[in-house]
Amino acid sequence: MTDRVEVRKTYKLFINGAFVRSESGRSYEVMDGDGAFLANVAHASRKDARDAVVAARAGQAAWAKATAYNRGQVIFRVAEVMESRRAQFEEELRRTEKLSDKKARKAVDEAIDRVVWYAGWTDKLAALVGGNNPVAAPFFNFSVPEPTGVIAVMAPQDDSLLGLLSVILPAIATGNSVVVVSSFHRPIPSVTLSEVLATSDVPAGVVNILTGDFSEIGTWLAEHMDVDGIDLAGVPAGDFATKLEALAASNLKRVIRPSTQDWSDTPSTYRMRQWIEIKTVWHPIGA
Amino acid sequence: MTEFDYAPAPESRAVVDIKPSYGLFIDGEFVDPISDDYLPTFNPANEEHLAYFAVGGEADVDAAVRAARRAFPKWSKMSGAERGKYLFRIARILQERAREFAVLETLDNGKPIKESRDIDIPLVAAHFFYHAGWADKLEFAGYGKNPKPIGVAGQVIPWNFPMLMLAWKVAPALACGNTVVLKPAETTPLTALLFAEVCQQAGLPKGVVNIVTGAGATGASLVAHAGVDKVAFTGSTAVGKSIAQAVAGTKKRLTLELGGKGANIIFEDAPIDQAIEGIINGIFFNQGHVCCAGSRLLIQESVADEVIERLKHRMQTLRVGDPMDKNTDVGAINSLAQLQRITELAASGDEEGAERWSVDCALPERGFWYRPTLFLNSTDAHRIAREEIFGPVLAVQTFRTPSEALDKANNSPYGLSAGVWSEKGSRIHLMAEGLRAGVVWANTFNRFDPTSPFGGYKESGYGREGGVAGLASYLVQE
Repeated sequence: MTDRVEVRKTYKLFINGAFVRSESGRSYEVMDGDGAFLANVAHASRKDARDAVVAARAGQAAWAKATAYNRGQVIFRVAEVMESRRAQFEEELRRTEKLSDKKARKAVDEAIDRVVWYAGWTDKLAALVGGNNPVAAPFFNFSVPEPTGVIAVMAPQDDSLLGLLSVILPAIATGNSVVVVSSFHRPIPSVTLSEVLATSDVPAGVVNILTGDFSEIGTWLAEHMDVDGIDLAGVPAGDFATKLEALAASNLKRVIRPSTQDWSDTPSTYRMRQWIEIKTVWHPIGA
Repeated sequence: MTEFDYAPAPESRAVVDIKPSYGLFIDGEFVDPISDDYLPTFNPANEEHLAYFAVGGEADVDAAVRAARRAFPKWSKMSGAERGKYLFRIARILQERAREFAVLETLDNGKPIKESRDIDIPLVAAHFFYHAGWADKLEFAGYGKNPKPIGVAGQVIPWNFPMLMLAWKVAPALACGNTVVLKPAETTPLTALLFAEVCQQAGLPKGVVNIVTGAGATGASLVAHAGVDKVAFTGSTAVGKSIAQAVAGTKKRLTLELGGKGANIIFEDAPIDQAIEGIINGIFFNQGHVCCAGSRLLIQESVADEVIERLKHRMQTLRVGDPMDKNTDVGAINSLAQLQRITELAASGDEEGAERWSVDCALPERGFWYRPTLFLNSTDAHRIAREEIFGPVLAVQTFRTPSEALDKANNSPYGLSAGVWSEKGSRIHLMAEGLRAGVVWANTFNRFDPTSPFGGYKESGYGREGGVAGLASYLVQE
């Protein structure tokens, strides 16, 4: 190695498809697995969260209008771009989660494969959860899933890549947009993921990633009246999670409670089904 | 023009035998309430006292939940086929005793016998029959290979469709292997208590269904009880939110079917005759005591005058009066409290500048009544266009383009139902897609079926009742 001075990256928030500093000007130190300084990361504020919701609302409208096939291809593209940047993800997991080479490789394998898994769901779930209902009268009656809207996601704190993807993907595969609060101590993979998303044809606003403290941002999102659902995956069960769930009742947000699951397990369809609304349409049959 | 009046065609009430007072149905038996508290229930059509019913206190709720807990292991482990046969028995008994249920429902609720006889009770039986068939097929429903019941379901239901809401709650819960404690509404307890007799006749194991009558506090005790694993509530959005707060931090699963302010959208190319019937059905069915009522009428400007004129004409032909008369279209308001709420909200329509028009008809001297009413020149900002009135009051607005209709229809915290009237197929689909509502009726309104999922978007609640989607409300989801 030469003694060239490395060009370090500024770790920013990802809102409306753009990389922005926190409007508050705040940042916080992120350490690696050994406790050494890794980076200063943007510390999202209430205003950032609100900006992200505005972006998510606009992005969701466009994303929901895209065909399911198109959404599947866009999500698949995320896997392609991740694959091409896998060395970076592996390096980050080695440093932040202190994973061995082998484990880091496996974690990235699983993360990319998880993206592929969800990419395939976009145009299939509707046939499983909806369809024709044989009503006892001369009507054509069918049910279809539609996205719930804007979902706030408190990402898992430990599993900073696979866990993160496992809570973002079920929401966006079903046509929702998300405002994600990434792992507080391990935010770096989420920033790299936002760079992947920015180059994967994911429309602006569909995924917004805030680095920062869920114990602040979570409250603002849980009580935000233009958020339709909240995933508490990364919030430890206890008083604060209870507070967020109670706040979410203000506009009857759909809630996924704190989760202790192993993100390596093949997911069920639960998370996707929690972020859809079943719409049933009736029309008479007659001449 | 010669008027041909309808001769009275009263349904006989001899088929029902109302007891002076009713206890609680716990562990397969009728028991006196530990609370020793009773309330009267009245016929809202003439204020006749019908019976006293027990008001379950905390100790009563506790006894019922304990009974349900005791029954749960055996009921949930019973083969689905056997469970299903109990539900088939219940469905058949409900069909056999349909007239009795219809008459009792009308007496206690005030809805026209025509509706309780032809809509409510047949749907109740159908709902049990449908779910009976699911009991041994749950592993095919798409909720994993080994779907599990949640446990004890605490279910709180409203007074507008007392038996139908019971069926929507109890049938899927039992089919999925849960046991239940049901709290009927304070003003309409009688058919649920008759249903308890059906459970006895069916030989349903003790404790699988428990019915604790009472008032708001009884329901709150049930929701709060630590032995309840699942809460299902149908009622107002305000109460729904307080329940969602109450279960926060617990392991209880929750589904909510709440209020609505459904838009019924009439395009200029609609089949106008049918649309008029659809508007009438949308808002005057069950006196407008319908969460999914089409209580906001949106008419395309070019046909607004014609539609309103024909609508008024049709409204004038509605027969308002004795619910037990087979020719009655609009029955009694369910309670004095509800009548006061309707009256107050309608008065706000006058105050805020909408133009009231009501049917000119005689009303019975006793009982609770409200004339079918519409408000012209209503705006999005009016309370009558925003708040659920839950009565025979229609707020009328106009629009010019499909996108304006969608904007107006979706401009509501609710999202339960909507109607679209047009002969143009592509427009129907465009509207059906754009409406943020759980049920969209196109060229029809207020249709229900056990195979057809029902439930809300946004603040109309979450979870579905009916169809495959409805099973998710009673199976462990993770």
